[in-house]
Amino acid sequence: MNLFKQVRKEPLWQDEFSIHASDERYVSRRQFTKFLVLTSFGMFVGNVWILMRSLLSRTSVLPEQKICSSSQVPVGGVWLFRYPTEKDPCILIRPDDQTYVAYSQKCTHLSCAVYYAREKNRLECPCHEGYFSVRNGDVLQGPPPRPLPRVMLERRGDNLFAVGMAVGKET
Amino acid sequence: MAAQPSPTRKHGLTAIDGALALIALLLIVQMWLLTATLESYLAGAHEAALPAAIISAILFIICGALYLFVVRVDSEARTESDKTKPNLV
Repeated sequence: MNLFKQVRKEPLWQDEFSIHASDERYVSRRQFTKFLVLTSFGMFVGNVWILMRSLLSRTSVLPEQKICSSSQVPVGGVWLFRYPTEKDPCILIRPDDQTYVAYSQKCTHLSCAVYYAREKNRLECPCHEGYFSVRNGDVLQGPPPRPLPRVMLERRGDNLFAVGMAVGKET
Repeated sequence: MAAQPSPTRKHGLTAIDGALALIALLLIVQMWLLTATLESYLAGAHEAALPAAIISAILFIICGALYLFVVRVDSEARTESDKTKPNLV
């Protein structure tokens, strides 16, 4: 099968810089094709990168971390912390006496920090007016495409611990 | 009056243009695939990552095969036309 067999055996410089003007059209098309194929390779690498990230995040177990003592958060109040890494700001909310919920503080639209609007009992993103439910992190209004990632909490005595993250599905 | 290109050259350019159009089309599909995979990954749907990577690999292989085809057609057409050109040396 000789479909892809190269029949020309000239030096590269002679091939790329032909003395015949009519060959330029061929050279420019070939170089553009090469550029497109390299772009295609870039797209493939991007997909492989996502696959690797996906596999790694499946196998990794998030650490447990003490957030605060439950008495430190007043009813209607919030406590800011970082979980699972120092680059992930989260917000713990106490909407009523016995309920504690925590979410990632990064809006799922463009990562602005969300805050708790106590009088409306919802999380609000000030950048583009995206609103999230305090009950489950669902999008109530605005451009965010996904609910806020939820921090799984565990209460041990008087202390609150973060034990994992639950990512919401796309709306 | 400019010389008309030989039939081999003309057909060669047409074939290359066709292959280029096909590669561009595949590239658009690949871009969409990457965007959709990233969106679903960020939404927590990790099961889409493996099929997307496989399809992307297939598209890249097809693009690579088309590139080799372009190189071959280009090479053949220019070799053919060299025979009709005056010897400048």
